[in-house]
Amino acid sequence: MMKQKERLRRTMMFVPGNNPAMVKDAGIFGADSIMFDLEDAVSMSEKDAARYLVYEALQTVDYGDAELVVRINGLDTPYYENDIKAMVKAGIDVIRLPKVESAEMMQQLEVLVEKAEKSFGREVGSTNLMAAIESAKGVVNAFEIATSSKRMIGIALSAEDYTTDMKTHRYSDGQELLYARNVILHAARAAGIAAFDTVFTNMDDEEGFYRETELIHQLGFDGKSLVNPRQIEMVNKVYEPTKKEILNAQGVIAAIEDAKRKGSGVISMNGQMVDRPVVLRAQRVMRLAIAANLIDEEGNEIEE
Amino acid sequence: MKLKNNVGREIPDEILKEKGYQSFQTVDFGNSVIQRDAPKVHATTENNKVVDSLQDVVLKTVKDGMTISFHHHFREGDYVFNKVMRLIIDYGFKNLTLAPSSLTNVMNEIVVEAIGKGVVTNITSSGMRGTLGDAISHGALKNPVIFRSHGGRARAIESGKIKIDVAFLGVPNSDAMGNANGMDGKTAFGSLGYALMDAKYAEKVVLVTDNIKPYPNTPASIKQTQVDYVVKVDAVGDPDKIGSGATRFTKDPKELKIAKTVNEVITHSPYFKEGFSFQTGSGGAALAVTRFLRQSMIANQIKASFALGGITKPTIDLLEEGLVQKVMDVQDFDEGAAISMHKNKNQQEIDASWYADPANKGAMVDALDVVILSALEVDTQFNVNVISGSDGVIRGAIGGHQDAATAKLTIISAPLVRGRIATVVPNVTTVVTPGDSVDVVVTEIGIAINPKRKDLLKLLTKIPGVPVLTIEEMQKKAQEKVGIPKQLEFTNRVVALVEYRDGSLIDVINEVKE
Repeated sequence: MMKQKERLRRTMMFVPGNNPAMVKDAGIFGADSIMFDLEDAVSMSEKDAARYLVYEALQTVDYGDAELVVRINGLDTPYYENDIKAMVKAGIDVIRLPKVESAEMMQQLEVLVEKAEKSFGREVGSTNLMAAIESAKGVVNAFEIATSSKRMIGIALSAEDYTTDMKTHRYSDGQELLYARNVILHAARAAGIAAFDTVFTNMDDEEGFYRETELIHQLGFDGKSLVNPRQIEMVNKVYEPTKKEILNAQGVIAAIEDAKRKGSGVISMNGQMVDRPVVLRAQRVMRLAIAANLIDEEGNEIEE
Repeated sequence: MKLKNNVGREIPDEILKEKGYQSFQTVDFGNSVIQRDAPKVHATTENNKVVDSLQDVVLKTVKDGMTISFHHHFREGDYVFNKVMRLIIDYGFKNLTLAPSSLTNVMNEIVVEAIGKGVVTNITSSGMRGTLGDAISHGALKNPVIFRSHGGRARAIESGKIKIDVAFLGVPNSDAMGNANGMDGKTAFGSLGYALMDAKYAEKVVLVTDNIKPYPNTPASIKQTQVDYVVKVDAVGDPDKIGSGATRFTKDPKELKIAKTVNEVITHSPYFKEGFSFQTGSGGAALAVTRFLRQSMIANQIKASFALGGITKPTIDLLEEGLVQKVMDVQDFDEGAAISMHKNKNQQEIDASWYADPANKGAMVDALDVVILSALEVDTQFNVNVISGSDGVIRGAIGGHQDAATAKLTIISAPLVRGRIATVVPNVTTVVTPGDSVDVVVTEIGIAINPKRKDLLKLLTKIPGVPVLTIEEMQKKAQEKVGIPKQLEFTNRVVALVEYRDGSLIDVINEVKE
């Protein structure tokens, strides 16, 4: 099993928690993470039904290797505590808290999660957490949020609320998100956790979607929150490593193997020492290449 | 006594004996010698067959106990069937056998009425749905309905198993002598493929049209040599309901995923090479397959020799792009395909016999490489049901399913579950197409390959992103999602017979228990 912190998180697909058909089929599209939504997608009258539906689905539906995330209702709602209890009991991988503005909010969540883990016989610490940052205050406090708990696996920008808070709205060139994206990304990287970009909702603007995904890929985001399964393939395409990157990564991996065989502590390739960042990048390229079906698990190229 | 046939179905012995049926044995038709049946011809040298009164023609041609036929090319826009049946019911005819190429929803109410009044006592069709399917499944008709594939119907007509006394054939145009086609006029539907059988073999052929053209009307699909009467009416159909209108590309992510996987299966099969042939049918996923296939054909510089069957606009686009050399239409599902019929010389109208009849000197399906077919259910023996619903009630049609399934690569494309109903099941409710003719089942969770196709097992197991499951594993996955349904309950009474395309009996449908 891959360590939580190392796994690919290119795509985090939103699934309305009150839609049985979508909950049932969420696993078939190859999303790296599936995020069941109990919050904004679910109307007040359906909060309990959605929680129950997602709970049952987590017991019965096979979602393969996808990381399973649930967006619970906010701290200030009457659904918050029951959401936590039900999702911890169901064994969810990650709880995503919306509208996070401070480390205390995450720490408060952690206390309740741990309590639930104990009362439902889950291993303490097995439920990971992530925060959605949706306000100026959240952006300013991004680093303390990112480092608020050992359970943190990532922070995500949620641009709809954020742009409203900033007294602007979303533009096609994304300039209004420039600061927030960079702050969140830096906070995540400094904390050693994942950074997720916001959703892109206009399904008819394929070009705009690619433009935005290429931008966040270039910046260094792990991936993007998505509203439609059709976007998964497009994100994966952007994150596909090039042939050259793969060849280079294969060289690095071979050098590591070589060093291991020789019992040498120093990895060298073409007479040059390979240092840690290069190794880490090579490992990530190989993971991306395998996920994109460009090479198989053994690292051999897949012929088209 | 009950005997199990080769797809494990128990067919009551008395049905086999009474109706003179062989039980289904094999998908291999062999090289039988077949005697065809020719119709009587009422010769004439007159120069005008136009009659204004449909009543007169009905009275002159129809007698109690006769077999009458219609085609279903107007689909849900058909006026002719209801016009003729209304007269037949009102004149009080009895004991008729109804032998249309298929029955669409717009025909349901009047057939139910005709059954209730003893006007219609036997039916053979490709299928039925809605209130009619419901009535039949609840025992409305004393004699079992006989379901035949399009190819099977052609065979039955040619061999005299279906002996049509009067065919009432609606056409969008005709001249005064009965030269007619389906391609021009405001109710144009394209190929007359199914009706051509009736025109050739019925003892009396009555054309019904709202559009009399100057003599001679060409191109003539139905010819004056075959026609007894041409009846002029106000309207033969509703153009808006004939076709599926503008073909919309599906946006349903699940359908797209299935379509994409189907395309992966095709392009990784040995049949995807220069000059291959295919049939895709209609429906959202099928249209999406056509689009993905187009991209693959361009990317690999591969052209198809022909596309077959019921044709849609996306297939015509491939023809116009030069990616497909010929389109062979037995019917046209939308306006785009219908309109292009008379403009594009590479689009050929074919009759149901040429299309799909096994008792032939060669049908086009025999040369078909790849076909994509749908399913209401498919079971762990790869048998497919396209006729009875999850409640056991008749709600579908064989169409060309059995016929096209004889292609070299038969792909069944269906969602693993529909709502709370499993599509992949331990045993289909009704076997329509035998598993021996099915090669690959494609669902959103992956594919299952018929273990008899060892060659495909090898070729299709390494497609990136396409998991291969055994059909049993696939069935289990469906069951995990929706649970085990309560067993359907039927009475002992047989309400319909399902013929295989060779005329043997592949299954029967029983009356549903209340």
